[in-house]
Amino acid sequence: MGLGLLIVILKSIALRTGDEHFSRAARFWAKIFGINFAIGVVTGIPMEFQFGTNWAEFSKAAGGVIGQTLAMEGVFSFFLESTFLGLFLYGEKKLGRVGHWWAAFLVFVGSWLSGYFIVATDAWMQHPVGYQLGAHHEIELTSFWGLLLNKWALWQYAHTMLGAVQTGCFVMAAVGAFYILSHRDPFYGRTFLKIGVLVGALAALLQLSPSGDMQGKMITQYQPTTLAAMEGLFESQDGAPLAILGQPNVAKRTLDNPLVVPNMLSFLTYKKWTAHVQGLNDFPEDQWPDKIELLYFSYHVMVGLGTMFIAIMVLSAFLLWRKKLFEARWMLWVIMLSVPLPYIANTAGWLTAELGRQPWLIYGLMRTAHGFSPRVNAGNAWFTLIGFMGLYTVLAILWLFLVYREIEIGPEPEARPAAEALDPSVAA
Amino acid sequence: MVALYVLLDGFDLGAGAVHFLVARTEEERRQVIASIGPVWDGNEVWLLAAGGTLYFAFPALYASSFSGFYLPLMMVLWLLILRGTSIEFRNHIKSPIWIPFWDFFFSISSLLLAIFFGAALANVVRGVPLDQSGYFFEPLWTNFRLGDQIGILDWYTILVGVQALLVLMMHGSLWLQWKTNGALNQRAARLAGWCWWGVLVLTALVTAITFSIQPQASLNFKTWPLGYILPVIAIAGLAGVQIELRRKNERDAFLSSCAYLLGMLTSVVFGVYPMVLPARNPIYSLTVHNAKAGDYGLKVGLAWWLIGMALAAFYFTHVYRSFAGKVSVDSTSHG
Repeated sequence: MGLGLLIVILKSIALRTGDEHFSRAARFWAKIFGINFAIGVVTGIPMEFQFGTNWAEFSKAAGGVIGQTLAMEGVFSFFLESTFLGLFLYGEKKLGRVGHWWAAFLVFVGSWLSGYFIVATDAWMQHPVGYQLGAHHEIELTSFWGLLLNKWALWQYAHTMLGAVQTGCFVMAAVGAFYILSHRDPFYGRTFLKIGVLVGALAALLQLSPSGDMQGKMITQYQPTTLAAMEGLFESQDGAPLAILGQPNVAKRTLDNPLVVPNMLSFLTYKKWTAHVQGLNDFPEDQWPDKIELLYFSYHVMVGLGTMFIAIMVLSAFLLWRKKLFEARWMLWVIMLSVPLPYIANTAGWLTAELGRQPWLIYGLMRTAHGFSPRVNAGNAWFTLIGFMGLYTVLAILWLFLVYREIEIGPEPEARPAAEALDPSVAA
Repeated sequence: MVALYVLLDGFDLGAGAVHFLVARTEEERRQVIASIGPVWDGNEVWLLAAGGTLYFAFPALYASSFSGFYLPLMMVLWLLILRGTSIEFRNHIKSPIWIPFWDFFFSISSLLLAIFFGAALANVVRGVPLDQSGYFFEPLWTNFRLGDQIGILDWYTILVGVQALLVLMMHGSLWLQWKTNGALNQRAARLAGWCWWGVLVLTALVTAITFSIQPQASLNFKTWPLGYILPVIAIAGLAGVQIELRRKNERDAFLSSCAYLLGMLTSVVFGVYPMVLPARNPIYSLTVHNAKAGDYGLKVGLAWWLIGMALAAFYFTHVYRSFAGKVSVDSTSHG
């Protein structure tokens, strides 16, 4: 999804300036996009089915609500994406410059729309709205727009998409850095770095505020147990500290080896340094997330990496502005080596969201322990889990291999010689 | 939606199932892939859109059937993964190892999917061991003997699975005949002709058996004789395939095959109505009435669904028009 946006940017520049360099750049990234999309499609399909296969009780109860967003994803986003993807990947000659731009744009719109419907589904599970309870414990939808415009969904979407954009930016910038550091394709290298760094810096900052901040405030208001667990706050207190480091010791209800910023958590959650923040001791233990340590670390990994991303991108943007980025080899190395980190940060973020919601499947309405398929025994579940793990491992290796190959092959060669391409007196 | 899925993705699966039979050279194999390359993903979306619609409109049915058919559904998912990646990655590396590897998985996964989908339909028609909880869990197989020991794979479902395979092989071959030329076109036409005879025999056999094991079917057709128009469409379609094949009207042969599929699938739905998932013990059957979601959700869903279908119709016409005509394999194609 992040790369989709960047490709639209590249094609827009190409259309505006008429410079074929950007069209070639877009074509290069389209190849990688195609590989990502194929794997995305085949691994995404199991998700739609798994609500029914493994979470039948949940589906029976909540299907009338979340089935709507999932079905809309299929009917509106998937048809749009899949139709125009073929045209985008293989129809450039047929469509012409403007037509092909539209194909790229519609694929981008389709994928971002898809993101919204899925996030709206999770958001409803985190913060159910627009429903009533029916006669047989089923949950009935009472407000379509309430479901779609759930406040939780809007901020979660912003946060999720910015995470996707950062991933795309880091990958593009890293490939750019790689091309410069390995002394090949310096012209493309600079373009990829510029776009990756400029968009990435903006995305990294917005990720912290307002999107990350607002998510944090919503968790404080609607999921206070989650906040306490993820921050490692065992004791309710005024002027609660923010834990930077420390290992949660759940048995002893404390953080081992803590490194904290005093009063910071109170400020972040309630905008007052002395505000009262509820700790885990304020809630009965059966309401606590059941994997507090993992939740705590997922959250801290996500925030730690997010902070690093701001540092890397903003510093790179600064160096770019001073026209020093392309010669700052140390910075290019940092960017290049950071490429796995956004993937880890995104995963850590989703772990935080899902582990944080525990023990609830639908917050306040249905516990996870009550939502599984009653007839599917553990043997079957293990069999299929192992099957998927095996298949997905193969797909991951395949993906790495194919994407690396495309990066190795590189974009189409430029028309003019490299030395002239790097001449600062020639317009870039 | 399911009917459209079968019509559309059916020819992709069929093309895959006949891949090695009709395409002998690398060039021809590229043509097969190129004929479905730009459309297979969109076609598959009908399955996902249908699944999602099932979810919000009949959540109890979705939950019950998906968890009851757990193992075969997972296998279908794995096969869909294999099929999709084969088509998309096949042409990435021009190597005598890479290409035949993916061709093999493309073909075998398409073939198995056709059989599984047929078996799935047979299970729905025959009925499953639902109980008062509204759930069931059917064993993957029991003993394949005639009798009461049913399984997801038993003599009846495999028979229908084979029928489905032959039908989709015919359907896919007719698509390939329409979209290609030369030796490939001729082999596809001949294969479609041979499959036709199998389809004829199995349709007669399976229909007879089905009426005897699912009493609702006879009841419905007797109560509403207007329903007979549906199997008539199927028969007309099947006849049309043979007629148009002989006349070498490639487009009409394919469309006749579509009519056959449409007629058959709608007949099935008509035959089990009002049940959506018959139970072996009829009082536990899931019906249109006891499995549906609340009225507000259904109303609102219908509204956006109609808009969505209109948009989808527009996209599909656009894409099929863009890629109309015979495939030519060059550097810019999906090949």
